[in-house]
Formats: sequence, C-alpha cells, structure tokens
Amino acid sequence: MSDTHAQTVSFVRESMIPQSEPPAGNRGAVLWMRENLFSGWFNIITTLISLYVIWWALSHTMPWVIRGIWDASSLTECREIRDATLPEGTSAACWAVLTDRWQQLMFGFYPRELYWRPVLSLIIFLAAIAPVLFPHTPRKALALTAISPFVMFWLLWGGSVWFPVSVALGFVLGWAAWRALAPLAGTLIASIVAAALPIIYWLYTAGPLARELEQAVALSIEYVPSQDFGGFMLSFIIGIAGIILSLPLGILLALGRQSDLFIINKISVGFIEIIRGVPLIVWLFTASLLLNYFLPPGTNFDLMLRVIIMVTLFAAAYIAEVVRGGLAALPKGQYEGADSLGLSYWQSMRLIILPQALKISIPGIVNTFIGLFKDTTLVVFIGLLDPIGLSNAIRASTEWNGIYWELFVFIGLLFFICCFSMSRYSLYLEKKLQRGHN
Amino acid sequence: MTDTTAARTIDRSQMQVSDEVAIEISNMNKWYGSFHVLRDIDLTVYRGERIVICGPSGSGKSTLIRCINRLEEHQAGKIVVDGIELTSDLKNIDKIRSEVGMCFQHFNLFPHLTILENCTLAPIWVRKTPKREAEEIAMHFLEKVKIPEQAHKYPGQLSGGQQQRVAIARSLCMKPRIMLFDEPTSALDPEMIKEVLDTMIELAEEGMTMLCVTHEMGFARQVANRVIFMDQGQIVEQNEPEAFFKNPKSDRTKLFLSQILGH
Ligand SMILES: Nc1ncnc2c1ncn2[C@@H]1O[C@H](COP(=O)(O)OP(=O)(O)O)[C@@H](O)[C@H]1O
Ligand SMILES: [Mg+2]
Repeated sequence: MSDTHAQTVSFVRESMIPQSEPPAGNRGAVLWMRENLFSGWFNIITTLISLYVIWWALSHTMPWVIRGIWDASSLTECREIRDATLPEGTSAACWAVLTDRWQQLMFGFYPRELYWRPVLSLIIFLAAIAPVLFPHTPRKALALTAISPFVMFWLLWGGSVWFPVSVALGFVLGWAAWRALAPLAGTLIASIVAAALPIIYWLYTAGPLARELEQAVALSIEYVPSQDFGGFMLSFIIGIAGIILSLPLGILLALGRQSDLFIINKISVGFIEIIRGVPLIVWLFTASLLLNYFLPPGTNFDLMLRVIIMVTLFAAAYIAEVVRGGLAALPKGQYEGADSLGLSYWQSMRLIILPQALKISIPGIVNTFIGLFKDTTLVVFIGLLDPIGLSNAIRASTEWNGIYWELFVFIGLLFFICCFSMSRYSLYLEKKLQRGHN
Repeated sequence: MTDTTAARTIDRSQMQVSDEVAIEISNMNKWYGSFHVLRDIDLTVYRGERIVICGPSGSGKSTLIRCINRLEEHQAGKIVVDGIELTSDLKNIDKIRSEVGMCFQHFNLFPHLTILENCTLAPIWVRKTPKREAEEIAMHFLEKVKIPEQAHKYPGQLSGGQQQRVAIARSLCMKPRIMLFDEPTSALDPEMIKEVLDTMIELAEEGMTMLCVTHEMGFARQVANRVIFMDQGQIVEQNEPEAFFKNPKSDRTKLFLSQILGH
C-alpha cells in the first residue's frame, strides 16, 4: 500500500492535526447572533422591531422601578419625598409599602412573635421534600418525610401535640389493618377495611383520645386559629397541601378510569367529569357555604381545611386526565411483559406502568400544579386573606390608600418565582429520567 | 426461509420427552366478540417437548399461546398448565404466569430499568428472592445468553438481537418450567436472527418444554419434535418435523409450505 502511495501521491499526511476552534466570527455569541438574529432580511427586521419594543417597555418601567422610594410610612409621605427629591412630573415606585407591610403579605395576621413557626415549617418542608425530589439523597430520609406533615401541622396551628399524634395513629391503624388482612382476605377487602377503619377512628376516637392524652401529659404550644393565617403563607399551605394530596388521588382516579371493574370505573369517570366541568370558584363557594349542611351537626369544620379539600379534588381531576394520557401512551406490550412475569396488578402498576406513564405525564402534571398554585388566589372570594386579599386590606388602610402597582408587582414576582422553579424542576426531572433511545 | 441453524449440530442427549403432561388443552374455544378465533383446540404437551406452531398470519397462533398464560381469556373448554386449571381465580393465574416464561415479538423489555433490573424484578417481587441472590441468578442467565457486559445498560441502548436475548434471560430468571415464544425473531434484522435461535436451541438442549410460534423452518426441523399447523383458528395438522415437511397431508398445509419454503 505505502509503495503505491509513494508513487502516485507526492505528499501523504502521516498524523492528523487536532481540531482547532473555528475562527472568531464563527463561534460563540457572534455565530449564534448571526445564525439566529441576522440571517436574511426578514430576521433582521423582526430582530430590530423586537429590540425596539423591549427598549420601549424597559425605558418606561425601569426608571420607575429604580427610582422607587423604600423608606416611608405612607403613600402621602412617599409622594412628598418624590416631589422633594425628583424633578417635577417624574414617576417613582413606592416600595415603602413592602418594607412597611411585608410581614402581613407573608404571614397575614399570624402572631408576630410566632413567625418562627411557619418559617420552621417551611424549612422542615424543604428538608422533607428533598429526598422525594432528588433521588440521590439517602433513602432513610423518607421516614422523616412521612412524619413531617404532622410536625408541620402542629407548628402551624399549635395546640396540643396529641392531636396530630392521634391523627397520625389513624394512618398507622389503616396500614396495620392492611398488613394483617391482605394475606388473609385478599386485597379488595383489606383495602376497604384499611380505608374505613381510620375514618371511623378519626370521627369518633381520635378527638377524645387526644384530649385524654393531653390531660395525662400536657404538651402544647400556643394555638393559632385559621382566621389569622394569610398572605403567602396561606397560598403556600393551600397550594402545597393541594399538590401533595392531589397527585396520589389523581393517579388512583386515572387507574380507576382504566379499570375493568364497573363500579370503580363509573365512579372515577363521574367524579372526574363533574369536578372538571364546574369552575373552581363554584367549588370554593360550595366549600365555604354548602359543605356545612352535609356535615354532621356540631362539627365545626375548618374553612381552610375545606378549601384544601376542594382544591385537592379539583386538581386531582385534572391530574387524573393527564396521567390517563400517559397510561394510554404506553405500548400494550409493557402491560403484557409485566403480566407474563407473574407480577400482581399493583406490582405491575407501581414498578412498570406508573414510572413510565408518570414520566410521560410530567409536563402535564407540573402544568396542573402551576395552575393549582396560582388558583389559590381565588380564595379571596370566600373571604380568606391570601396575598390578593391582603393587598386589598392594605389598600383599605389610610396610609396606603391608592397604591396598586407596587403590591401587584411584588405578588406577581413571588408567584412567578415559585411557578418558574416548578417548571425548571420538571425540565430537570425529564432530562434525568431519559433512558437510551426509547 | 433461510436455514440459519444448519451449521450447528444439536446435542439431543437431554432432549427426552417424558410422559408427564405439561399442558393439557381440551376442546378450547375463544371468541373476540362474534369472531370465532380459536375452534375446538385439543393439544397435549408433554414435559420436554419442543413444539413449533406455524400457520398463516391471523390463524390464531398468538392467541393460542397467549391463552396458555392467560394474557387472553378463553371462553369454553379447559386449559390445565402444570396441573393447575386456568380459571378466573387470580391466584392460579399468577402462579401459572410465574411458572411459564414468555418471549414476545417486540421483546417488551422495561425501558426505564437497566438490563439487570429487568432480570431481577420478577424474582425479587414475585418469588421474594433476596436482591443479592436475584442479581447472581440474573448474571448467570445473562452470561448464558452471552451479554453479561450489558447488565448496566438500558434496553434502548441494545440491538434487537441483544434485547431479545435479554428477554429470554429475564424469563429464565423466574426458573420457568415451560417457555412460550411468539415469533421471537420476526422483528429482527436477518443478521441477528441466528444469535437468538442459538439461545433457543441451547434451551432446548437442556430439556426445556417449549412452544414456539415461528416461521424459522430450519429451527423447526432441527429442534422441534412436533410441528403444528394452524389455519383459521383450528389445528389442521401436526406431525414430527421430518414427516410434516416431506408429506404434508392437508392441502392447506401444502399451500402454506410451498409459500413459505418455495421461493
Ligand atoms: N384483541 C383482539 N380483538 C379482536 N380481534 C383480534 C384481537 N387479537 C387478534 N384478533 C384477531 O384474531 C385473529 C388471530 O390473531 P392472532 O392470534 O394474532 O394470529 P396470528 O398470531 O396467527 O397471526 C386475527 O384475525 C386477528 O385479527
Ligand atoms: Mg401472531
């Protein structure tokens, strides 16, 4: 070979030169701009128009934001400072309303000296959710995740520690019933008993038990009624509780809708269609006005709890449909593969079907969560003091009468940060769950 | 069809058919709605038998073997597998499914799990084998199908032939007494067919009871001790491979064989 080369070709490169960077005009930002913004006259024109629109919008808002006044105790004072320091006719934001009232926007009328409790709950929540969101955290942490809701509940509302403990006992009871009955009586009977037993226990035994225990060993912190909850704390509690509860319920509904069992199938379909077909605001009014008529007389069912239940049911109906889409997207062969190995229905759902269906559904699920979180602002219509409700209350005070934009910008920004984080997390999760080609 | 297995001499020492019945199907009928897909099927499979089922597309071959592990429900007649009758009793169904392995045309591996996890899943959850032990078993069978080095990859990263061999290993990890194959090589590129057939031949040599729906007539000739021809939901003809290919009795069989062999 080399001989023939030597005769026919005057020069043969023996070793390859390593690849070098493309010339400056063809790389990085310059290349990107050339390819995406300035390729062809149409792109150039749209780029220029966009730049102009952006500049116009920013030049009208940014000075207002930057000139904003942070130190004042009322809107009138804000205006006085503005007129004294800035040339006449310039506008300036009055951020002082935030420095003055941020605690209210965050906590509503929660007692000031107890702010540490919701803050601590938030920290516990973040710690508890970490092992669920990020799988490389140690698995043992999941046990703490399981008890964290009860700790958070106690911190937020306070009162006797025995109340959340006795509520938690209900779950233990249901679990124990399931473990004991499942091998003997089959899954169906076991699940019915495991669901019914805790409900009976919560209705009739949990309350008296907690009181007995409190009398025996008094262990309580100051009680804070739901009426004092407000601001972002309220949005977070309703939103997070709704998100966490609606996911499993939605998955069960989706499975129910696929089920061959007539009753379960029809109940799921009926539930989903009815809940989804009526606006959330109607359900919230139902929660605030009607629900009391259906409950046994004498039960004073907390309004916030009722709202959480309604929001959960509402989101669950949407999640169910999103998950159903994921289930339908799975090839039939996955079900058959699982069946042919002898896995039971719940095993194949948990190990094979749901992991894949949920992965497909992530964008839709997160979309529903984001919607749910923003919809918590609707509770203002039934008299709960969410951030919007508080902004109304703040505006009703003599000091801040007439202030709009600053409050809404702040509320909008906080909601945006939360929703955007959820959206980014869903992208991270999708990427992490990528497996090979299919 | 190509004679992909011709080069290999088959070790028949273990391939003894015992007189113990593995599967007994009597007078079995199945309908899809009003469509009578299986008619009066009678079939007895003895332990150690290697049965190849062939027939035109839509003749009910898949439906027949899928009835054996209850992926499809039959409406009349009786199917007894390993002495357990298939009824709607879920306990029996799960028991039979864990004794009967199945390989599909499209492999049906679980794409979100690694090869190793695909293989250990059923032993861990159905047989309650400890994880460590299940992994040892899985590696043993992955070595047997000659892809232990792929254990930590995902199915999507493997070729079709490799995926089908993983699917076989996954079934074997449950230590099944019967293996069902539904056209295991039809979705494969020609150069991958041999590696899968070799794996199946090895299984046959070890005395596994096998029912294979396949059009690999070379495989049928060498490995099967009985070839069954199905058409329009009926078993039309069954015989030893030699006789089946040389002297097919019914006209439908002749037509089918001429179409599949004679181009
Ligand atoms: N789920 C089903 N519903 C209705 N008809 C079906 C279904 N599955 C298969 N069939 C029909 O039953 C017949 C037999 O199918 P199949 O057993 O898959 O045939 P083969 O495997 O021999 O090609 C075909 O006519 C097919 O159209
Ligand atoms: Mg078929």
